[in-house]
Amino acid sequence: MAILVGKDTRLVVQGITGRFGSFHARQMLAYGTKLVAGVTPGAGGQTFEGAVPVFHTMREAVSREGANASVIFVPPAGAADAILEAADAGVSLVVCITEGVPVMDMLRVRRALEHRLNRDLTLVGPNCPGVITPGQCKIGIMPGHIHKPGPIGVVSRSGTLTYEAVGQLTHLGIGQSSCVGIGGDPVNGMDFVDVLRLFNDDPDTHGVIMIGEIGGQAEERAAEWVKANMKKPVAGFIAGTTAPPGKRMGHAGAVISGGKGRAVDKIQAFQNAGIRVATTPAHMAETLQTMLK
Amino acid sequence: MKIHEYQGKALLARYGVRVPRCLPATTVEEARAAAEKLLAETGGSVVVVKAQIHAGGRGKGKVHKGPNVVARGVEVCKGGADAARDAAWRILGGKLVTLQTGPEGRVVRTVLVEQGVAIARELYLGMLVDRDTRRVVCMASTEGGMDIEKVAEETPEKILKVWADPVTGLAAHQARWLGFQLGFTKDQTAKFVPLLGALYECFTREDCALLEVNPLIVTVDGELLCLDAKVSFDDNADFRHPSWAELRDPSEENATELKAKEAGLSYVALDGNIGCLVNGAGLAMATMDIIAHCGGSPANFLDVGGGATEEAVTRAFEIILESPQVKGIFVNIFGGIMKCDVIATGVINATRKLGLRVPLVVRLEGTNVDEGRKLLAESGLAITPASTMFDGAQKICALVRGT
Repeated sequence: MAILVGKDTRLVVQGITGRFGSFHARQMLAYGTKLVAGVTPGAGGQTFEGAVPVFHTMREAVSREGANASVIFVPPAGAADAILEAADAGVSLVVCITEGVPVMDMLRVRRALEHRLNRDLTLVGPNCPGVITPGQCKIGIMPGHIHKPGPIGVVSRSGTLTYEAVGQLTHLGIGQSSCVGIGGDPVNGMDFVDVLRLFNDDPDTHGVIMIGEIGGQAEERAAEWVKANMKKPVAGFIAGTTAPPGKRMGHAGAVISGGKGRAVDKIQAFQNAGIRVATTPAHMAETLQTMLK
Repeated sequence: MKIHEYQGKALLARYGVRVPRCLPATTVEEARAAAEKLLAETGGSVVVVKAQIHAGGRGKGKVHKGPNVVARGVEVCKGGADAARDAAWRILGGKLVTLQTGPEGRVVRTVLVEQGVAIARELYLGMLVDRDTRRVVCMASTEGGMDIEKVAEETPEKILKVWADPVTGLAAHQARWLGFQLGFTKDQTAKFVPLLGALYECFTREDCALLEVNPLIVTVDGELLCLDAKVSFDDNADFRHPSWAELRDPSEENATELKAKEAGLSYVALDGNIGCLVNGAGLAMATMDIIAHCGGSPANFLDVGGGATEEAVTRAFEIILESPQVKGIFVNIFGGIMKCDVIATGVINATRKLGLRVPLVVRLEGTNVDEGRKLLAESGLAITPASTMFDGAQKICALVRGT
């Protein structure tokens, strides 16, 4: 079962002829993802890796190949338009990997998709590693081989910290149902609550690791939702306890401003909601394991 | 990216927003000439000389030269152009210390010479992206000229907010509501509505991250004027604003952070003594946290990025080692796309090139991890391997403590 992606996912790579897009398209093919088309305006008619047809537009990719998901490797200047093109073409899942999309563009994209998101359309990212259902479908840039099919869902704002959690789980022999990187930008698609809701309803997910970081209030909202609705154990970690206020820590969204978005408040919110917080980022999987027993 | 007040005011003026007449000056003579010109043109008798630095709290801040406090960050000059010249002489080249600069202060290289205006009321205006509602929020308060974060904390009801729809923009009725709430007369509100509209236009078109006018003033003649302008931009949008290159003031930025940025690295200087080299922003923050957990203190945040090359790793080492406070380095890599053997080669080459004068702990995990660990072990260099990030953090903390 898992969430968001699986064996029926038919993927398009937007920006498939670019350096980044082509590299990861090959990686996804190697993992076994059903990559059915690529899109690069101007490169229509080409064939990628001798097997994947490339189109000028998303509309062609969807109508000719029956694609139902897209992953975006388009540079920041065109990323917002690529999201809208995918949505208009009728795919139900759009994963935007691109880092550096202007926040003003994302405000407009979110507004334009307001009545569709979490109904017939799901947006993940931007500035995220993507989504994987181990053994079935990998959409994004995560290293596939560290994953293992199993019962744990992982949701995170950070890429490498997600890999860290997955690596720890796999090391303990615990597999993952799906792993979702929601991205490090201040305005994005799915947030923690949207993903937690799916994990809660997924019979194959038996527990969740949720990884947050400084900036914004998404973790606090997630904690409230968990307290009221979550039927499964959740372990968590918040990065940035030692981050100074007012400084952007790599991610556009990772900044403490006006006394809001501090790690200590998020940790408190997690604990109040019964989410067990790992004492260090090296103990995320062990912390969840103590809750599964 | 932050810009100076004088640049912010020039930007606002381009959108038709009224600001006082003002001229920037980098020398004492320029300041005197600017004051003379302003006094002649406005027929006034007062000019204000304002230090230009990328930090707030200037009015209450003190300018230091050597052991002496020689001026405030903002000086009101009633003695004509010569008084302005004198104020500029005291401020320029001095170190301005405000609540926001920290005790080390900032060197003042530019002053803004501005027409003095007779103030009847001071108000606050601010705009920023509200990530929770995904709208630009416009904030206004009658408590102008004050520390707005203090107002927000102590009397949040005194900050009025409206949220602009990204499609329709800020509606006139929203600005009107704010105007009447602020206690403006009908005439003043009629001036306030287009002013707020122009600020919103500026905010969205210029890809601002923050636009603050503190204070917005009502003059004794009933005019609305932006007496200050604090503007910062969304760095992600720099590809569509080539003009930002000219607005950038490198002297206001941390030299090391600037150098890291040019090398494609994300770096933030901290005040500890353990240098960190990590791939990924979240893992880099978590690495700082785990060092603190193990009793150490991180010297920096450094994200080499997901696809870092050998050269990037070398640059990162150079940048970390430039800081004399660094007493040890912790390399924490979860190689996904980035292969561990490539990282190991980068670490070895950088160490050979730069020499290793402090303990180095390397934790590698992910793709080609065995090859990477083997390379490190066979390098003959004094590199301490770590099996997990916890193991690595413990080891580097112990080595730096000298135990």
